[in-house]
Amino acid sequence: MATTIADDLTPMHHPRTWVGKYVWSQDHKVIAIQYSVTAIAIGLVALVLSVLMRLQLGFPGVFPWIQPENYLQYVSMHGMIMVVYLLTALLLGGFGNYMIPLMIGARDMVFPFVNMLSYWVYLLSVLVLVAGFFVPGGPTGAGWTLYPPQAISEGTPGSQWGIVTMLVSLAIFIVAFTMGGLNYVTTVLQARTRGMTLMRMPLTVWGIFIASIMGLLAFPALFVAAIMMLLDHVAGASFFMPSMMSMGQATDTLGGSPILFQHLFWFFGHPEVYIVALPAFGIVSDLISVHARKNIFGYRMMVWAIVIIGGLSFIVWAHHMYVSGMNPYFGFFFATSTLIIAIPTAIKVYNWLLTLWRGDIHLRVPMLFALAFLFTFIHGGLSGLFLGNVSVDVPLSDTFFVVGHFHMVMGVSPILVIFGAIYHWYPKIAGRMWNQALAQVHFWVTFLGVYAIYLPMHYLGVLGVPRRYYALGETSFIPESAHLANQAISIAAIVVFAAQFLFFYNMIWSLFRGPKAGPNPWGAASLEWQTPDTPPRHGNWGAKLPTVYRWAYDYSVPHAPRDFIPQDEPHPKDTAP
Amino acid sequence: MSQVTKERNETEENAQGWRAIVADWSTDREVFRHTHWGKAMMWIFLLSDTFIFSSFLISYMTMRASATMAWPDTAEVFALTIGGQSIPLILIAIMTFVLISSSGTMALAVNYGYRRNRKVTAALMFATALLGAAFVGMQAFEWTKLIEEGVRPWSNPMGAPQFGASFFMITGFHGLHVTCGVIMLLIVATLVLRGHYDRAGDYSAVEIAGLYWHFVDLVWVFIFAFFYLW
Repeated sequence: MATTIADDLTPMHHPRTWVGKYVWSQDHKVIAIQYSVTAIAIGLVALVLSVLMRLQLGFPGVFPWIQPENYLQYVSMHGMIMVVYLLTALLLGGFGNYMIPLMIGARDMVFPFVNMLSYWVYLLSVLVLVAGFFVPGGPTGAGWTLYPPQAISEGTPGSQWGIVTMLVSLAIFIVAFTMGGLNYVTTVLQARTRGMTLMRMPLTVWGIFIASIMGLLAFPALFVAAIMMLLDHVAGASFFMPSMMSMGQATDTLGGSPILFQHLFWFFGHPEVYIVALPAFGIVSDLISVHARKNIFGYRMMVWAIVIIGGLSFIVWAHHMYVSGMNPYFGFFFATSTLIIAIPTAIKVYNWLLTLWRGDIHLRVPMLFALAFLFTFIHGGLSGLFLGNVSVDVPLSDTFFVVGHFHMVMGVSPILVIFGAIYHWYPKIAGRMWNQALAQVHFWVTFLGVYAIYLPMHYLGVLGVPRRYYALGETSFIPESAHLANQAISIAAIVVFAAQFLFFYNMIWSLFRGPKAGPNPWGAASLEWQTPDTPPRHGNWGAKLPTVYRWAYDYSVPHAPRDFIPQDEPHPKDTAP
Repeated sequence: MSQVTKERNETEENAQGWRAIVADWSTDREVFRHTHWGKAMMWIFLLSDTFIFSSFLISYMTMRASATMAWPDTAEVFALTIGGQSIPLILIAIMTFVLISSSGTMALAVNYGYRRNRKVTAALMFATALLGAAFVGMQAFEWTKLIEEGVRPWSNPMGAPQFGASFFMITGFHGLHVTCGVIMLLIVATLVLRGHYDRAGDYSAVEIAGLYWHFVDLVWVFIFAFFYLW
């Protein structure tokens, strides 16, 4: 090819009709918003499900319409929606789509048509997932991990149709993700503007970039697992089904391997944790640097840590399977590799703290969420060290300790970052500011609330309270205090749930009534704040693409006229004739 | 310019060893210089697809190792009786030969594409598509034969039920890839013939289609080795 994409001068086709601009749009920003709205909408369903679970756990027997099978269905759908349809879709489909072209100085993704298709196929997967709520027998209640043989055996809620819609929806989602992910990766590789070297990209782009590569390599395993389980269920194959007794009768399945499914699932499932975490790492680095008015500490180290975490996460998957009955030597290997991941992760945490050290910290709402992430992530990470060790994990396995751990580290932490990121970038996306007082209330209730919810769960877990139980009942090893803790958690959960409506109210209020934001309200140096229009128009950069002269973190540079220098501002020697 | 930034840029320019490698790979605009973005995207897609086929094949091998019933003898199952004589794996051998040959015609098509030879490129691509269609046709025949002999996803008269299930799943998924490839080749060949790429001044699409086609062939070699020969 004669010219690079960055030098391509072919005029863009700007759609004229409303449908072309906002519905069948190929503009990465519109697709990003479509992705985000859909992901948040389905995320709200998962949020409601979590409240229903807490109602049952906190006040067993008070709500007779929550039957054991309903409870299991809430657990399963909540988990799957949160991990795949909310977090993955919002961080990569939403933020990835919006931020990559703007941050690297491109006009759009390299293949906008496939990018558009990615959203519509994602929407289809969400619709199939939602259809699961309305099929006979309801959605699957197999737990979000969908372990066979129980997932497709008679007696498990949703084993008639719910599991089918779930597996089909996952397969469709993976097709959608592949179309999007190919775009994100190729755009970062091949469509950067002049001067934008890989080592000048904001860490947000690095996080999304590596997470997209991981998604393209991890989702195939889930895809294969879903196809095989579908064949088991629909065509009567025995890939995962051993010969066994079900409902008092021998099944006609023979010789399959349930552990094979677990390996396939977690070969996807563990990288998935980092697919969600790495974009959050990247975003939080940028939030901290902008609002502490300091360059990020150890930029190159941060990049390498992201790359190394991404690589290592592919060889740790069986730490989810210590109690599955696999060969104990595997446990030795996987515990070692798991604990090695703590090194690059700790490097990142230290670098965040050192970025804050003696910074000019502005405690604005995005920064508050970024700081809150540091708390929850460190806590979740430390409890992960317990679970990564085989001998400590075995007694804690399948207790509330695990629930507390993974909600802290991969539920709450990325979601706090997402809140921070929305507060941070909304002025660019909508051109308006939020009500700061309301946002502060939302922050404090959410931040303190998640501690009220998840800290007691660690205590419950150490007591041995099992997860996924509909009700604890009268059990001698569970003291009265555990029931009290469960009630307290439920009340905290309801308060946090209610506080989220402040967020949505604020978002809608700001869209129509919020004070106008300037092009760069936070004084940020990265490229997305230097667009000629706010919100950016189709094509992003007007007539000429920007040229990048420096990294994205020139804050508080001595002798500079302002306390930040935008990436597209030349060095004095470059402007000399 | 700040002292810090200046020093940083200078270290970048005078980088040595490992840093120099990183600096080369991470220069602005393009990581893969003078490479069409579509080609880069196809390579990444193929990497992802490799993980799908690897998962299928590794799962199949695990199942074969753990199946409780004996695995059927593939040399017997896939034998055809021609002229009163049973020849093992004859159909698969022909299928493999056809598919590998189609990679040859595809490689020639890419070559003629870069020489801007519109007609020969299109002719070679149609030939490739024809060979691909012949492969899918023979696969359909093989499926029919096995189904008539009673092979089902849930059981078969020759042994372990996983045999039929993996056979249909893996060859079916590969056959789907070949079918998609044939459709893609027909579309690109038609565009070549109409002079679309002459006007655009860029024949990359032929090479990108070729990449996919060679990949589908390569995957078949692995399926042939692990499913039929093992």
